[in-house]
Amino acid sequence: MKIIEVIQNILEANETIAKRNQQLLDKHKVFALNIMSAPGAGKTSLILQTLTRLKGKLNVAVIEGDVASTVDAEKVQSEATAVVQINTRNMPESCSLMAAMIESALKDMPLDNMDLLLIENVGNLICPSEFTLGEHKRVVISSLPEGDDKPIKYPLIFIDADAVVINKMDLLPHVDFDIAAFRRSIEGLNPKAEIFELSCKTDEGTERWHSWILAQVESNVIKQ
Amino acid sequence: MIHQMHEFGITENIVNIALAKANEAQASKVIQINLVIGEMSGFIPDCIQFYFDSMSKDTITQGAILHFELVPTQLRCRHCSTIFQPQDTLWSCPKCQSQSIELSKGRELHIESMEVE
Repeated sequence: MKIIEVIQNILEANETIAKRNQQLLDKHKVFALNIMSAPGAGKTSLILQTLTRLKGKLNVAVIEGDVASTVDAEKVQSEATAVVQINTRNMPESCSLMAAMIESALKDMPLDNMDLLLIENVGNLICPSEFTLGEHKRVVISSLPEGDDKPIKYPLIFIDADAVVINKMDLLPHVDFDIAAFRRSIEGLNPKAEIFELSCKTDEGTERWHSWILAQVESNVIKQ
Repeated sequence: MIHQMHEFGITENIVNIALAKANEAQASKVIQINLVIGEMSGFIPDCIQFYFDSMSKDTITQGAILHFELVPTQLRCRHCSTIFQPQDTLWSCPKCQSQSIELSKGRELHIESMEVE
């Protein structure tokens, strides 16, 4: 019997594909956001809201890893430049998107006609934090009914976020969500994260979010 | 629809790495795989073991022992640089009470070594 040294990162296979995805996106000047949250926090709503409001300014495509209903899928379809839905019958249901799923989805997308790719991850605050997809920035949505303790309970996903969206701000008078405490938790874990307070339902606070996206897309194009 | 946990893909990688390394070493059997997993990583050893039992079938990794070394979470205060282990879910520095905290250990996920013959 002998012992062999290995010291190899088990996630390397995923990371290699993710890098390849990002190179492909960069080649076509497409800026990609990986949108993550617990189920029901508003990933689809934020995507729909963003699609509607950025229409005419950017060509936006969507990869859906988690579709709440066919109604949502149809709405996204009518507003987006292209939509690819993962988790079809051909692919086993998973608790997170992985880079290989994005790689095959990108094959079906008109990359030259896209400025922005919104990737809707599977509703889950644990698993998606481990798998980079090739995105340029990571967005985590927390909504008021979930409570303000999510960064304490699921720190990893917030540590890696570039932007944190607090959604359903219209519910603030009806729920016990301490915005200041939530912000303190995020700033403690991840001082660089941009924090947005908004409501996809009422549009309140969404302008800053749209400006942030437009600025990100612009600086990504300049970088190339 | 099959529901698949993310340990499925991870275990596939473990088997592939183990087979490649065993092949390089011209080994005929993998006895043990020593894995290092951070406490904060979202990977569950029992779940990896479950997938491993089926994925290793009919390969030279079949029957290999998976040994998990769990790395405890280690935090670092951004203000006073104190290194500490969290006592509860709220991360705050035991020395200066700051809540500006960095994760310094606990996200590991790699194969450290293997025993082969």
